[in-house]
Amino acid sequence: MSPSVRLQEMIRVIRGARTQGEERGVIQRECAAIRAQFRQADNGTRSHNLAKLLYVHMLGYPAHFGQMECVRLIASPRYNEKRVGYLGAMMLLDEKQDASLLITNSIKNDLSHSSQYVQSLALCTLACMGSAEMCRDLAPEIDRLLRASNSYIKKKAALCAVHMVRKVPELGELFTPAARSLLSEKNHGVLHGAVVLITELCERNPDTLEQFRKAVPELVLMMKGLVMSGYSPEHNVAGISDPFLQVRILRLLRILGRNNDTASDAMNDLLAQVATNTDSSKTAGSAVLYETVLTVMDIKSESGLRVLAVNILGRFLLNNDRNIRYISMTSLQKIVQTDHNAVQRHRGTIVDCLKDQDASVKRRALELSLALVSAVNIRSLMKELLLFLSSCPPELRAHTTSGIFNAAERYAPSQRWHIDTILHVLTTAGGDVRDETVPNLIQLITTATELHCYTVHKLYRALITDISVQSLVQVACWCIGEYGDLLLRGECEETEPVQVTEDDVLDALETVLQSHMSSPATRGFALTATMKLSTRITHNVDRIRSIVSIYGSCIDVELQQRAVEYNALFKKYDHMRAAVLERMPVIDKSSPGHTNGESAGGTIKELEPAKLTQEIVLPQEPSNQVSEENDCSKLWYFMTDIFLFVSIAPPSVTVYEKNGVTLKLQTDRQTDTGMTVTLTATNSTDGDITGLTLQAAVPKSVQLQMKAPSGDVIPAHGLGQVTQTVLLNNPNKVGLHSDTVQIDSFPSTAW
Amino acid sequence: MHFLLLFSRQGKLRLQKWFTPVPEREKKKIVRDMTTMVLGRKPRSCNFLHWKDLKIVYKKYASLYFCCGLDAEENELLALEVLHRYVELLDKYFGNVCELDIIFNFEKAYFILDEFLLGGEVQETSKQVLSRSIEASDMLQEVCFGRSCLLSVLSIIFSVVL
Repeated sequence: MSPSVRLQEMIRVIRGARTQGEERGVIQRECAAIRAQFRQADNGTRSHNLAKLLYVHMLGYPAHFGQMECVRLIASPRYNEKRVGYLGAMMLLDEKQDASLLITNSIKNDLSHSSQYVQSLALCTLACMGSAEMCRDLAPEIDRLLRASNSYIKKKAALCAVHMVRKVPELGELFTPAARSLLSEKNHGVLHGAVVLITELCERNPDTLEQFRKAVPELVLMMKGLVMSGYSPEHNVAGISDPFLQVRILRLLRILGRNNDTASDAMNDLLAQVATNTDSSKTAGSAVLYETVLTVMDIKSESGLRVLAVNILGRFLLNNDRNIRYISMTSLQKIVQTDHNAVQRHRGTIVDCLKDQDASVKRRALELSLALVSAVNIRSLMKELLLFLSSCPPELRAHTTSGIFNAAERYAPSQRWHIDTILHVLTTAGGDVRDETVPNLIQLITTATELHCYTVHKLYRALITDISVQSLVQVACWCIGEYGDLLLRGECEETEPVQVTEDDVLDALETVLQSHMSSPATRGFALTATMKLSTRITHNVDRIRSIVSIYGSCIDVELQQRAVEYNALFKKYDHMRAAVLERMPVIDKSSPGHTNGESAGGTIKELEPAKLTQEIVLPQEPSNQVSEENDCSKLWYFMTDIFLFVSIAPPSVTVYEKNGVTLKLQTDRQTDTGMTVTLTATNSTDGDITGLTLQAAVPKSVQLQMKAPSGDVIPAHGLGQVTQTVLLNNPNKVGLHSDTVQIDSFPSTAW
Repeated sequence: MHFLLLFSRQGKLRLQKWFTPVPEREKKKIVRDMTTMVLGRKPRSCNFLHWKDLKIVYKKYASLYFCCGLDAEENELLALEVLHRYVELLDKYFGNVCELDIIFNFEKAYFILDEFLLGGEVQETSKQVLSRSIEASDMLQEVCFGRSCLLSVLSIIFSVVL
């Protein structure tokens, strides 16, 4: 019985196993038998046992005990045993195993074997798993084979040399002369191997590249021969004569023509010829055309040729075959920066591909569309992108939204359009936008001063429709809090105004506060907005008061703390409430860290004293009533967190300067979350100011440490100053925005 | 080419050829990733995928998926042609090849692949030359085996006689 049947018998038995456990049992038995056989002397069945072991290995079971058997079989004089031995070596051994070194000698011997099939086994194994040492050892052998052997061996030796050069780049010098001479061979297999070898050599060594540039005319002729030749039955694939060789030659020409005018000139005609004559109805032809296009775009080709190449890609875009559409878009992506106008001509087709069924094609079309956005086509292209967003696969949504925001940021034709676009994105895919979107949008809204009414109307409408999208709800709450008076006024130029009452607005905010869908951050927004409305509405302040006091005992610590502070604002500091809750100034996007989508995560958040408002509120100036005595002055320093934004602090800023008293604020960022604020008070009046105390209030998540002041008397005539340092630790990076300085009482004579 | 895999519709591996040194655990992971990715594709989708920094090209022939991993500079359309050429070779050798042929004669599938690709590159572009060399190697194997069979039979006879 032919022993091969035993292998097939085993395979049949294994396949017949009904459960995983049964299969494991069969395999264990077989492996034990194989192990026993390996230990015995040669009985003619070694190769079959190894073959069985290799099958078991393919199923995923361990087979390392077969490694030594591979070594033994490779050394056998019999061809069938060698064959299986080498196969085993390629499957079980790799360069990291010690046993692989043992076969080096066998390979060396087999490389000079009388039978070319044995030589071929050795070459194949060496090219598959040869380690760097083995390559160094055997390189001279390979070089010899490259020069003097038949074409069967030459072609294999060439590819073996490729592997060696990849493993040990210095060997490239050894093979260069032989590679050069191989180019004059006629055999396609050898030519193919030679071209691959030369490509590898040129990629690794610029000197070799120089050398082989002289071979460009020869390669051009070779290519011409292939393109213009008639039908050759041996190499024909779908009407193309040896597409494998053609593609490799084109790739080599690309490397040789890169950054070199003479070489590029020499290939221009050929490339034009290939581009026009190749029939691309089947994959083989398309493969050659594709490679031609890549080569044209990479070398210094003349503009006519480039246009031809882009047109070919455009034609590919209309092809029925999805693969061809896909690769045409990948190629267009590569050249969209350099040949922008040429690619723009095909924008229509690219945008159509957004509607393709295939996810890969969609992704490519999206990338390309985003790259094609410009000031000219922004409106129409954005319409298409927004349409795409509503039906795009979930894995692409985040990328699409950030792409849309970037494009809108760069090319928005008007602020209204910009705001509309962002709102559209938030309503369609608000769950997939990045965190920076909310502050960015708020910043944008504040700068669009004429559109405040319009914006708040739109956002109010969106809010009452749906409160599930957190980013949208946060922005809506902020806007209603800030511009609620415009909403209640009931008139708007840009859009249909809503007729709402104060109760309606408060209802909407309360719904957000109470909803389970709202995240803690969103509820914070809603509470602050409610509070702000207390200065913008007239009748329902009591309702706001009650809401705020209810949340004073909320479980959420952040919310509770806000509510308590707002409560305090109502009770103890009611006179300050209007000032504290005044309209925000226009926020300036001035610093580098604050760009849409650029800063990844770690944005720097700092106090920008320049933005410290000039909301300095003085109570009734006692003016002439203040006694001669120097009263103590209290400076109340109150920081409200409205939201976060970024900037770089100028060294020192004067926050209060009036009637001879100057207060300067200086911030230093010590650590990522810590900050030192130094207050310096000087006095240029005639009288000293005594009893100076400073108090500061910050949000709960910010830790405050006040150092002792240098004194509590500010000498007159600017003779001295009082400084006090406040250390702030802001681990949650809560925004610190506006602060108010209030002077409670003033000394006398100055005025 | 970094690797070539053949697997069935159920994800069973039928052939694996690795052209770069990869640790065993990594191989298993790659095979798992490839099978999940490729088997999860819809019927009429594009044959190209992206995985880490490799381009993956796959094609379904009857019940077998042929899947290969390429470098960024390689031509995907040509890779489709390479896969197709390999299937043609198998078909010529086995005569109307089917998955069972490859299961029961896996070592022959490897031998044919080793005549076609070397170190991840195509070594011969002519179908006829390839078929001839595969046949010749098989002949050599038969002769060799026949010879060794004869030798073992003769040795048994001699040992009986003596």
